[in-house]
Amino acid sequence: MQGFDTKKNIGQRRLVVGAHYGMRDWLAQRLTAILMAVFTIVLLVSFLTGQNFTYEGWAGLFARQWFKLFTMVTFFGMFYHVWVGIRDIWMDYIKSVGLRLTLQSLTILWLLACAAWTVQILWSV
Amino acid sequence: MSEAVREAQKKGRPVIRNVDFGDITYRGYYKQPPSALVSILHRVSGAGLFLFLPFLLYLFQESLRSEISFAHFKGVFENGFVKLIILGLSWAYLHHFTAGIRHLFMDNHIALDKDDSQKTARWVLTISLALTVLVALKLFGVF
Repeated sequence: MQGFDTKKNIGQRRLVVGAHYGMRDWLAQRLTAILMAVFTIVLLVSFLTGQNFTYEGWAGLFARQWFKLFTMVTFFGMFYHVWVGIRDIWMDYIKSVGLRLTLQSLTILWLLACAAWTVQILWSV
Repeated sequence: MSEAVREAQKKGRPVIRNVDFGDITYRGYYKQPPSALVSILHRVSGAGLFLFLPFLLYLFQESLRSEISFAHFKGVFENGFVKLIILGLSWAYLHHFTAGIRHLFMDNHIALDKDDSQKTARWVLTISLALTVLVALKLFGVF
């Protein structure tokens, strides 16, 4: 295992475990993407093949406990995915460190609020 | 650097620096390859979906809370302007979805070279538009 001497820890010799180097977020973005893709296909197919769109049918789908949990996990994954993407946008375009930190903090708070809102919506059915 | 690239530079190939937004859009100096178009649209569609998140959660809430709120949701949905926004967001979602799947293939070292990546970029643009047309037909009650 490599030590933490910076001169030995660059380029091909870079230690790629432990301090992450963005690996965790990159992987999380991919895993949440796969989760959302599965959810999307389920909903898209039911939307395109469905005939009469009624409250009973729609709410009945979300009334099942397993579908509630599936939706919640997908949405939480989506909020993590949104965090990675929006953080990248702030990092690319906002040069002022103070403003960037502010926007990143607000993004986290906003997404947490959205996550709580999602739970409220799902368990209101 | 490969031989071919070094040769090209010797022959006085134009060096493009500081290409600004106008050069690649309305002035049209540099035509963007399909992959560049897919890339920037991936970012734009993601940002757009983020901005409309409260609106989408609001619609989701109204559709589920009760039979009365569902009727309200349907009323909002029937508005032509709202339908256009939904259609725009559907395109954004479907583009982000298909471009994301292209990314997953590239993560697995599939279609990384110049020709293949342009080909898959064209597929992304085509498939996302085709799916959006399907959603549009469904939204406006054709089938």
